Amino acid sequence: MKVKEKIIEFILKLCASITIFTTIGIIVVLLFESISFFRTVSIFEFLTDTQWTPLFSEKHFGILALVSGTFLTAAIAIAVALPIGLTIAIYLNMYAPKSFRKTLKPFLEILAAIPTVVYGFFALSVVTPFLQTIYPDLETFNSLSAGIVMGIMIIPFISSLSEDALYAVPKSLKLAAFGMGSTRFQTAFKVMVPAASSGIIVSIILAISRAIGETMIVAIAAGQQAQFTLNPTIPIQTITSYIVQVSSGDAPQGSLEYKTIFAAGLTLFLFTFTLNSISFWIKKKYQEKYE
Amino acid sequence: MNAIMTEKTNETKTEASPSEKYKLHAKNVNVYYGDFQAIKDISMNIKPKSITAFIGPSGCGKSTFIRLFNRMNDYVDDFKMEGKIKIDDTNIYGKKTQVEELRKEVGMVFQKPNPFPKSIFENVAYGLKIQGIKDKELIAQRVEKALVQADLWNEVKDNLNKSALALSGGQQQRLCIARTLAVEPSILLMDEPTSALDPISTAKIEELIHHLKEFYTIIIVTHNMQQASRISDYTAFFYMGELIEFDKTKKIFTNPEKKQTENYITGRFG
Repeated sequence: MKVKEKIIEFILKLCASITIFTTIGIIVVLLFESISFFRTVSIFEFLTDTQWTPLFSEKHFGILALVSGTFLTAAIAIAVALPIGLTIAIYLNMYAPKSFRKTLKPFLEILAAIPTVVYGFFALSVVTPFLQTIYPDLETFNSLSAGIVMGIMIIPFISSLSEDALYAVPKSLKLAAFGMGSTRFQTAFKVMVPAASSGIIVSIILAISRAIGETMIVAIAAGQQAQFTLNPTIPIQTITSYIVQVSSGDAPQGSLEYKTIFAAGLTLFLFTFTLNSISFWIKKKYQEKYE
Repeated sequence: MNAIMTEKTNETKTEASPSEKYKLHAKNVNVYYGDFQAIKDISMNIKPKSITAFIGPSGCGKSTFIRLFNRMNDYVDDFKMEGKIKIDDTNIYGKKTQVEELRKEVGMVFQKPNPFPKSIFENVAYGLKIQGIKDKELIAQRVEKALVQADLWNEVKDNLNKSALALSGGQQQRLCIARTLAVEPSILLMDEPTSALDPISTAKIEELIHHLKEFYTIIIVTHNMQQASRISDYTAFFYMGELIEFDKTKKIFTNPEKKQTENYITGRFG
C-alpha cells in the first residue's frame, strides 16, 4: 500500500516537473543558439540596423524591422480590442440582465476557440477586400486587416478578464455609488472601473502579450516582407511570421539563417516574458491591497 | 368609475392634512421577493427632523423597509412592491420618479463602512461632482462643511489627499456620513451604521446622529436595543414582515402595548 502511494506521488511529481523542465529546456536552447548567432552578428547591428534580410544575398540582421511589424499589428489589435472588450465587460457587469450575461459570456469565449488559421484566412479573403473598397491603395497583404482581425480574436481576453476584475469589486462600493444618486454610467466609470483598474490593466497586458505572440493571422494576412515602418497599409513581417517562414523553408540546420530564428525567438520571448511578469506583479500588488 | 373617484378623494384628504406634519408616509406597503412576502401591509408616518429606530430580529423586514425609501431594493431580483410611499407628498414609486434625484434627497449610510478607493476629499466631493458641479471653491467649501458636520474635519483636515482606505473603521464610517451629507439631503437612512464598529467609534457616531437631528429626518436600523433607546425619538418594532408596534421610544421601552414587543426588548427572544 505504501509503495503504491509513493509511486502515485512520484508520477504526480513527474508530471508537474515536466512543465518546468520543458520551459527550462526551451530557454536553454534559445540562449545556446542565440549566443552562437551573436558570435557572427554583433548585438549592436542586431539592435540598430533597420533592415532584416538574412535570406537575401546581401544580409542584414536588424531585428527592428521585425519588431516594428510586430508592434504595429499588436497596436492595431489592441486599438480594436480594448474599447470593444472593455465596453462588453462594463455592459455585462452593470447593465446586462443575469440571464443574458449567462448566454453572452460563453458566446464570447467561442471567439477565442476559433482556430487562428481561420481568422487569418478571414482577414485575407474578407477583411482586406472589404477595406480595399474604402481605401483602394491598401495592398493585398497589410498589417491593418491582420491587426483588426487579431483584435477581434483577443476581445474575449479583455472582456472576460476585465469583467472578472469588475466582478471582484466589493458589492458595497456599487451600492454606495447608487446610494449617492449615481446613474449606472457614473457608477461604472467613476467607481467601478477605477476600483478594478489593476485587474483591467492586467487583462490589457495579457492581451498585448497574446497579440505579440500571435502567428497564423499575421503570417497569412500581413505579408512576408520585413520592413521598418509604421504604415499599416503595406506588407510587413512580424517576428512570429519570420520564424514560420524560416522553419517551413529549407534553411539547413546549423547555418546562420537557421540561427536567426533563435535570436528572433529569444527577442519575442523577452517581450512576452516581461509583459507577463508585469501583469503578475500588478496582480500580486493588487491582491495585497485588498487583503 | 365610482371606486376610482372615492380613491381620489381619499387621497386628497390624506395629502392635505399630513403635508406639514409628516416627512415620510408609507401606506399599505407589501413587498415580495418572488413568492416570499417580506413586508406585510405596513403603514407608517414619520415626522420631519426626528430620529426613528427600526428594531426587530434578523429577517424581520426592517432592512427591506428602510431600503424602500431610497429604492435600493430595485436591484434585488424578483423584487415587487405594492402600496404607496411618499416623501413630502410625492409618490416615490410613481412613473415620473427619477431614482437618481430621489437618492440625492434621501442619503444612505450602510452597515459596513464603504468609502470609495479614492482620497478623503474625493470621497466627499463625489456626490457634488456627479451632479455636475464644477466650481472648485464651492466643492471645497461643501466638503469642509460636510466633514465638520460629520465630526471628522479636525482629524483629517491636514490629510485630505490621503486614501480613505487608510482611515480607521470609525473614521471611515464618519467619512461615509460626510459623503452623504455633502449633497445636502433632507433624509438620512442608516442601516446598522455602528454594527461593524468598536464601542468608542459607536459612541461618537451616536453623538453625531443626535446632532444631525437638527437638520435631517433620520431613520436608523439597529440590532442594539440600548442604541435605539438612547438616540431615537420613535421606535418601530418589526417581526416577520409585520410592523408590530410603532410609538414614541420612551413608550416602547417602558410600557409597550404588545406582549411581543416587550418580549423582544427584554431579550426574551430574537
